[in-house]
Formats: sequence, C-alpha cells, structure tokens
Amino acid sequence: MFDNINLLTLAPVLNVQLLLDGLFIGAIFVLAAYGLALVWGVMNVKNLAQGEFVIMGGYLAWHLGTLGVHPILSMPIVIVIMFAFGWVLYLTIIRYVITRDLFTSLLATFGIALVLQQALNLAYGPEVRTAESGFQTHAILGGLVTVAEIKVISFFLCILLAAAVITFMKKSRMGQAIRATAQDARAAKIMGIDTERVYAFTYSLNAAICGAAGVLVSMIWVIQPFYGIPHSIRAFVIVTAAGLGNIPGVIITGLGLGVAEQYSGFVLGLEFQQATALILLLLVLIWRQIQLAQHRQVVQ
Amino acid sequence: MKSTNAPVKARKTIGARTFSGLVLAGAAAGLIAAGPASAKIEGDTIILGSAISLTGKYSSNGVDTQNGYNLAVKKINEMGGVTVNGKSYKLKVQYYDDESTPARTAQLLERLIEQDGVQYILGPYSSATTIAAAPVTEKYQVPMIEAEGASRALFNKGYRYLFAVLSTSEQYLASAVSLAAEVAEKNGKKASDVRVAMVFENDAFSQDVRAGVVEDMKKFGMQTVIDDKMPADLSDISATLTKVKALKPDLLVISGHNKGAVTAARQIKELQVDVPMIAMTHCEGAKVVAQFGAASDGFLCPTQWAETLSYSDKYFGSAADYDKLFKSSYDGYKNVPYQSAQASAAVIVWKEAFERANSFDTDKVRDAISATDMETFYGPIKFSEAGNNIAKPMVLRQIQGGEYKVVAPSKYASDPLVWPREAMY
Repeated sequence: MFDNINLLTLAPVLNVQLLLDGLFIGAIFVLAAYGLALVWGVMNVKNLAQGEFVIMGGYLAWHLGTLGVHPILSMPIVIVIMFAFGWVLYLTIIRYVITRDLFTSLLATFGIALVLQQALNLAYGPEVRTAESGFQTHAILGGLVTVAEIKVISFFLCILLAAAVITFMKKSRMGQAIRATAQDARAAKIMGIDTERVYAFTYSLNAAICGAAGVLVSMIWVIQPFYGIPHSIRAFVIVTAAGLGNIPGVIITGLGLGVAEQYSGFVLGLEFQQATALILLLLVLIWRQIQLAQHRQVVQ
Repeated sequence: MKSTNAPVKARKTIGARTFSGLVLAGAAAGLIAAGPASAKIEGDTIILGSAISLTGKYSSNGVDTQNGYNLAVKKINEMGGVTVNGKSYKLKVQYYDDESTPARTAQLLERLIEQDGVQYILGPYSSATTIAAAPVTEKYQVPMIEAEGASRALFNKGYRYLFAVLSTSEQYLASAVSLAAEVAEKNGKKASDVRVAMVFENDAFSQDVRAGVVEDMKKFGMQTVIDDKMPADLSDISATLTKVKALKPDLLVISGHNKGAVTAARQIKELQVDVPMIAMTHCEGAKVVAQFGAASDGFLCPTQWAETLSYSDKYFGSAADYDKLFKSSYDGYKNVPYQSAQASAAVIVWKEAFERANSFDTDKVRDAISATDMETFYGPIKFSEAGNNIAKPMVLRQIQGGEYKVVAPSKYASDPLVWPREAMY
C-alpha cells in the first residue's frame, strides 16, 4: 500500500490518469443515481432494479450494434424504448405498490430486477458483451496518460443529458408537476395535477436515464445479465450520501465516487475498489449521525 | 355438528396419510434396493448419467459439453459400440439440467444414482458443479469421469471415484512463467530478474491459476510487483493497469474468466499498456481478436486443446479430423471449443475402461479407469492417484496477426514466440 502511495508521489502524472478515469466513469454513476433520486424523491419507491435498467440499456445498444447502428447513435432509440418499458412496468406493477409500505415496493422492484436478469440471460445468454465504439485513444504527457475518445464523449453526453433533465424539471409543465407532486402529492392532486400520470412519467424517465447510462457502460466497461447489482449499489450509495433532492450533491458525490474508486483500486488493490462505495457510505452515515446528535443537544 | 365432526375427519386423514406415506416409503426403499442392479444396463445399452448446465449462467458451455458427449457416443455406437464379455453394447447418456447451480447438481446426481440406477457418471460443466458432484459419487462409490472441472479443490480430497481428463487449473498459466524465464535467459538476463504483475479474479478457479503461477515463480525466484485480486462483478482494472504502466513488469498475467479477458483486452488497448509479455486465460471465449483486433496481438493464451495439435486416436482420427466432424455435426460453431473436445475424450475413456474391465462391476470398472494410459485426439490420458490427468500438457498459444499459433511447449510449437509483443494501438 505504501509502495503505491510512494509511486504516486514519484510519478505525479499518474494522478492525472486516475483523476480523469474517475471523473469519466463517475459521470455515468451520476446518471443512474439521479434517476434513483427522482423516483425515490417523487414516488418514495426505492427502485432496486436500477442496475438492471442500466444493463438492459447496454444490451439494447449492443443489440442495435449487431444490426449496424453505432452505439452512440443508438442512444436516442434506447432512451425511447426504455421510457416505454418504464411506462409498462409502472402500469403493470409499480402503480400497485406506491401506496404500500416500504417492504412491498422493495420486494416488487427486487422481483423486477430478478426477472430482468433472467430475461436478459435467456435472450442474450450469460456471455460478457461489449459494444465497440471504434474511437481512438490519445496518449498525452509522454505516453503515461491516455485518454480514450469514447470516455470524453461519454462524459459530455452525461453532462448534456443531466442538463437536459434538470432544465426539463425546472421549465416544463410536466417537470413542475413532478416537483409539486414530490413536495406534497395530495395538495398537487387537489390543484388538478394528474399524479398518476406524474408517477408514470417519473418512473419512465428514470428507466430512460438508466438506459442512456447503460449505453455508455456497454462502450466503456462490459455488460452481462447479472452485472446490474454493483450499479444499483452505487446509485443507492450516491443518493443516500448526497441526500434526496440535492442535485448538486448527487453530481459531486457521483464524480467523487468515481475518483475514489480509482484511487482505492490503485492504492489498496482492485479488491477494495467497489468496497470504497460502501466505506464512503458508512462514513457519511456516521458523520450525519454525529451532526444530528449535536443538533439534538442544542434543542434540548 | 360441524365442529364435532371436523376433528374426527382430520384424524382419519392423518391416519390415511401416515399409511400411504409408509407405503410410498416402502416402495421407494424397494426401488432403491432393486434399482441399481437392474437399471444400469438396459438390454444392450449402457446408460451413462450426467447432470449438465443446459440453462443458467453456464448454459452455453454446458451445451458445448453435451454436444461433445453426444458426438462421442454417436461415433462409438457407429463403430460397433462397447464390447464386454464378447457382447456388444450401445452407449446412451441420460441427462438432467442442473440449471448451473451446484446444489442442484448434487441433488440430480442422487436422483440419477438412487432413482434411475445409473452407475456410470459423466461430469457436469464447471468446477463449482463438479465440486458439488464429487461427494455424491464418492458416497455411492460410483465412478465419475469428468471433463470440465479443473479446480485443484477436486484433487486434494482423496476422492477415489473421480477422474478428470483435462489439465488442472494450476497448469493454465504456469507455462507462461517458464516461457518468460526462457526468454530472459536467451537475452542474457537471469530468470530471477523477471518481474511479474498478476491480476486474478477472486474466485476458486482463478486463484488456482494464480497458485500455479506463484509456485513456478518461486522455482525461478522471480519477483512480484503487483498482485491484485479482481472481484467477480468488477469490470474495471484501469487502476491496476496504470500501475503496470508505471512499474513496467516483464510479464503480466491475467485470469478472470471471459469478463476478465474482455476487460483486460479493452483497457490494455485504451491505456496502451506496453509490456513485452502478456498472458491471460479465456482469450477465445472472450473473442478478444474479433473485438479488439491488432491490440490483442501478442497475447499468450493457454488452451486445453487445439485442433492444430498432432494428437490422434482410432475413434476420431487426428485433432483436425475431430474439428471437421464436430463442425459438420453441429451448426453454428466457427471454432470447436476445447470443452467439447474434452467431453468427447471422457466418453472414450469410459468405452475403453468397460472393455478393459470386461465387466459392469463398478469397482472393476473403476480400477480399469484408474489404469488408463492412452493416446486420444485430445491428448494423452493417464490418471494420477488423485484422479487428474498428468499426461497431457497445457498448450500456450500466441495471437499473431489475429491467429492463434502454438508457441509452447516447444514439442508441439508450430510457430516461434514473438517477443517483445508488437501490439498496434
């Protein structure tokens, strides 16, 4: 471990590589986490199928790739398909669990996750797949740092998507309705907002965002029917750490988690890369607890 | 009225249930007693049994294995079957789907042996399921010839009824270490100067592969510069590869199933990792050549078997003949997976063991299997005390210009090793 830290001080340029890789991948984490924050905040549904939506988006991109569509260009198609898929899921399942307690919605979405995994396994088999973007890699800073074009493109696509969603939430009629429903569903209903439609839209929007993230994952990492879980975990960690409704928080935590994973992979070894997410979550929760405890004393 | 009647009724039902339960149990016991003796040979057919992964995560390799078994059974039957005591018998395999779940494999083997009376077992697909199967065959003292479980956990438990035709997992990348030592000495360096970076998945198979590498490294006194464990669902090793670029080892070894190979090949390309020798398992399964083209040039990939090797036998002819026959028998194969070849080899071992034992007694057949020492299209087969095949070497192929060329061991090498690897990024 100390050897590795030493290495970073001897060759500071390695930090650039780790930071870049971390930010590029962190941007994708942000997408899935933002979708979760939306569904959680508006509908109070903790969607355990988040990672499966990501993987499904990846498979759709891969499938369209086999039909000759470039993965980047497949993104709008995937977004539309996933949106429709989200709507169907809402009408058939989610609608009935929204008003129930926490465990019902957890069980329902966990069930969706299992069914999706197995369906993808039946449709595409258990092999690991990747979608090839065919883009180049550039070496900078004397060859020690490389930047893959696809990662840069994906980073900007993430920013673009996030900006589009945020603008949509702020400016559009539906966006305002979603925010109103999140604040107080009953009041929103009284004001004439069709909350049922708002819920359906929110859930579908989440599926679409996850699908878009999946398209990027399929080009940067690999996809396999059962690889959704780490994506779900990361989304949960980011949303829990950032807090619901805190969009800047989600973005910063997501990017930070990406970088933290790269650093812990480098310093502690690959086996600790994913553990980082959970360790960070623990630290945040402990810190929150301490803050709350202080707050309580003040009140007393 | 109802309330008084109900308990009586219930009592009756319980009584009836106990009775029918007893009858069933008795019948089952009778079946168990009668089953094995009568069912293992049906008329002139010897029934082999196998629980194989036809669905679930191992399904594609499971089907490859099944195809291998079936092709050999068909071939042997066409050539007159198995001759025992002057009478000719046909072979047939009874399959169950274990859904790629080890617990299910064990259950199904109990069912094959207890209910169906099968006394001769062909192995399942994968180390995990074979590890679950071995205690069952051991318990019933039924021989199992397996072709798809390479984990060393199978061969250090003292199993008497387990035999494996394939090379064990420690052998997968060990040859890359001796090759690196050879190259170092050829270049006027000492073998102990070789610095090795290792990335292995954190699962039984990959850790076995690692153990073999570490053992051979110790033999040469080589140094470890990186020794990372990759979690099963992690598809990012860029942090480690960044370290590799900084430390510049002489040899990089990677093993983590298809996912590990895809991830490594993609990120080696992205990070333009420049190591003179890179060895990894599962190159073919992961289709690294098709996906990453020239960036995968120079990778060293171990294989159990290749159609270009000079092995042959009287059943299938040469390895190349087997390749041709397999492709014409099954649609959709561009390359014949070694999983199929070794499955076929396992059936051949059964055939010869029956004939040498000249009996259907499981213990006599077991001893005959144990004494196996033969050449097959898949390679030589001879079992150690522990049941693993000690005669067949693991072959190392290098990707050269997009093709897999055998470069080690030198006895079977078709092309010289390209060193340092010249990859085009």
